[in-house]
Amino acid sequence: MAKIVGCVTTTHVPSIGGAIAKHRENDPYWKPFFDGFKPVHEWLARVKPDVAVVIYNDHGLNFFLDKLPTFAVGAAAEYRHADEGWGIPVVAPFAGDLDLSWHLINTLVEKEFDITTCQEMLVDHAFTIPMSLLWPGGSSPPLRTVPVCINTVQFPIPSAKRSYHLGEAIGAAIETWDSDARVVVLGTGGLSHQLDGERAGFMNKDFDLKFMKSLIDQPDWATQYSSTELVELVGSQGVELLMWLAARAALPGKVRKVHSNYHIPISNTASGLMAIESLH
Amino acid sequence: MSMKSGAIAHEILGTTIFDGNQARKGYALNKMCFSFNSAENRAEFLKNEDAYCTKFGLNAAQRAAIANRNVLQLITAGGNVYYLAKFAGIFGLDVQDIGAQQTGLTKDAFKARLVAAGNHREVHNL
Repeated sequence: MAKIVGCVTTTHVPSIGGAIAKHRENDPYWKPFFDGFKPVHEWLARVKPDVAVVIYNDHGLNFFLDKLPTFAVGAAAEYRHADEGWGIPVVAPFAGDLDLSWHLINTLVEKEFDITTCQEMLVDHAFTIPMSLLWPGGSSPPLRTVPVCINTVQFPIPSAKRSYHLGEAIGAAIETWDSDARVVVLGTGGLSHQLDGERAGFMNKDFDLKFMKSLIDQPDWATQYSSTELVELVGSQGVELLMWLAARAALPGKVRKVHSNYHIPISNTASGLMAIESLH
Repeated sequence: MSMKSGAIAHEILGTTIFDGNQARKGYALNKMCFSFNSAENRAEFLKNEDAYCTKFGLNAAQRAAIANRNVLQLITAGGNVYYLAKFAGIFGLDVQDIGAQQTGLTKDAFKARLVAAGNHREVHNL
């Protein structure tokens, strides 16, 4: 059966894509952020995942309000990035893993997660930037991918509790996949930030740090909050922490923190990074 | 108070939750902004804004908000910030420009507020 090596959760702010394209990794503004990834690169080089299940939220590249799934799973041989309208460079395509896609789809539906399946799926910055951060160098990352998209565009969004359960089901599905592949689960987004309204610029460092700590000690801690409570606590777009929750929930059994880093601000966002190894 | 089916009942100061009510109100506006993923559509908009707004069926409030480049008005008219960001991108505005506009600050003052949220440029290796 396949093995889950762990999860990596990271912010996916679009301006990171611009900084990478312009080689600004060593500028004073960016250096503390990019340096945070070095221990995670070392860990990935050691655990050598073959496949990444990438839990992210689309911001209006693949999905529009005409048809907006709450949970969607990619089932394509290849995933492409495209023009998002505001100027970050389009990156190289990503290889899919059709066997894992369909195993996930079959298992999730059997476990009563009524997901949408996508045989064509554009992936936006929330998918591409974490891939560029974790496997830098500009070419396609050396592993296969399965995108899992969670709606955070239009309320009602799935609750923290539901997203956590989805993550658990994803983990259980990977563990029953008849393959010798090593799988890493990525959760992208957050942490606290708000782009819209008079409250734009809102961040909540205390909550973010508590949340990050909870992912080691008590991973379902944030599931106590409703979606609107989360908006209040972490900002309208901070609800992207759902991706972190789902990714962490995918790890069965005991875990070990490999690395964590928190940094304010990147653009309008409190940026967080965690790598957690599964000891299962 | 009567509420159209689709509303989420919870007030957060300075925040419009993009719920069913907003999605109903803003559909044409958001659809137009979604179209700005395409360079060809961005060029068509710039060539004739008015015709482009007509093509997508924007109402008077939405057209005024677009003409004013005013993010708070666009949100009131049903706009969702992820699609509005594509509109702002046409003019080279980033999320800090739109943050500054919505909070009535200069961009520098808005950026200073963001930095202050983290007690300056502190890095936390937890």
